Amino acid sequence: MAVDPLIELRDVNKYYGQLHVLRDINLTVGRGEVVVVIGPSGSGKSTLCRTINRLETIESGRIAIDGRPLPEEGKGLAQLRAEVGMVFQSFNLFAHRTVLANVSLAQLKVRKRKKDEADRRSRELLERVGLASQADKLPAQLSGGQQQRVAIARALAMDPKALLFDEPTSALDPEMINEVLEVMQQLARDGMTMVVVTHEMGFARSAANRVVFMADGRIVEDRTPEAFFTAPESDRAKDFLSKILKH
Amino acid sequence: MDVLTENFSLYGKGFLGTVELTVYSSILALLLGFIMASFRVAPVGSLRVLGTVWVMVLRNTPLTLLFFAVLLGLPRFGLVLPFKVFAVLALGCYTSAFICEVLRSGINTVPTGQGEAARSLGMTFGQTLSTVVLPQAFRSVIPPVGSTLIALAKNSAIAGAFSVTELLGTYKTLNELGYSIIWTFVWIAVGYLIITLSISALFNVMEKRWGVAR
Repeated sequence: MAVDPLIELRDVNKYYGQLHVLRDINLTVGRGEVVVVIGPSGSGKSTLCRTINRLETIESGRIAIDGRPLPEEGKGLAQLRAEVGMVFQSFNLFAHRTVLANVSLAQLKVRKRKKDEADRRSRELLERVGLASQADKLPAQLSGGQQQRVAIARALAMDPKALLFDEPTSALDPEMINEVLEVMQQLARDGMTMVVVTHEMGFARSAANRVVFMADGRIVEDRTPEAFFTAPESDRAKDFLSKILKH
Repeated sequence: MDVLTENFSLYGKGFLGTVELTVYSSILALLLGFIMASFRVAPVGSLRVLGTVWVMVLRNTPLTLLFFAVLLGLPRFGLVLPFKVFAVLALGCYTSAFICEVLRSGINTVPTGQGEAARSLGMTFGQTLSTVVLPQAFRSVIPPVGSTLIALAKNSAIAGAFSVTELLGTYKTLNELGYSIIWTFVWIAVGYLIITLSISALFNVMEKRWGVAR
């Protein structure tokens, strides 16, 4: 595939005190590409995802979005974050605002849209994730799966160039996982650039262009899903897959 | 009973003096406390230091000493204002340190994910704080802010020692006029109760309206 890099990480290292959580990470995500990051817990995959919009700072290396290096804390960083949406494991919907206001808030504050324009866009997006009827409820009144779909709509409202998913289905009941994955599948088909940290191997197989396997802070394998799942190269990946695919 | 009826205007003046001191100082304390709490959680190091020093100095100074410092100190630097304004300054700044810490603990009750979500959408620190974090922090700080303002109302009595008209100070005049000291103080206490119970009632209503639903 022709590589038009949107997200680039070069020699990224991060420490939590003594703990070396990201080791010499090199990763390029092309425009329109869906990259799924998998690996055992504690392997650094969530941290990797969070460094891309600088929710986690790094000790060394370079990260660039659309050719521009990540700015330091301040206005520039805020602008960049508006271009890179993020969906969290624990949804993090604004608990004191309605569903509609959750999706509209950043449009008003960051994109400076008019209220009716923002609300119209929000309703469109809620329609797209199948939650138009829930617009006036508070987040706590929705199920986990519904909350996560609202969170996706909220991220989409900024018209981001890329979306980061940090274990979006890990906090959900099994029945609700599919409704979220379906929305993500649709986004992938629509050509959204996505970095997805997940344990959903089915999603990785069907929606990913590439699978990145991480262990102990390193990228161990970076291949197509077909190649990775049928013939993993490293022992670490073989071991991981044998454990999770057994059941 | 005679003490009250015969000196109603004196009591009234004192009562209004205390109310005024309480209201103005509360406004100043809430405003400054809000600013200092924002400083203490700001991403800028120098602001955090400023907030911390503000709280450390004001919270650890006896209020009477602070009154002396403001009323006797500031005029030396050429700042001459009515004693009442000085009293509001001293009370307001002192209480702002406590309000700051109450607000900060409220901010800490808001899950970090809320702030992260706001920042990940491109909101600035100020927008995140004012539209996402503080409105949620506000719900949990209503009761302790109430307590702090009640303490402020009672602390305002110190201003009487610096010849600012307020409720407690009325006892001196009444004492000189030969009234029973016990009844004088009973009516002063009633005056304070009216103010503090009003503050409690106000905060009870606010808590019912906006407090965290359980």
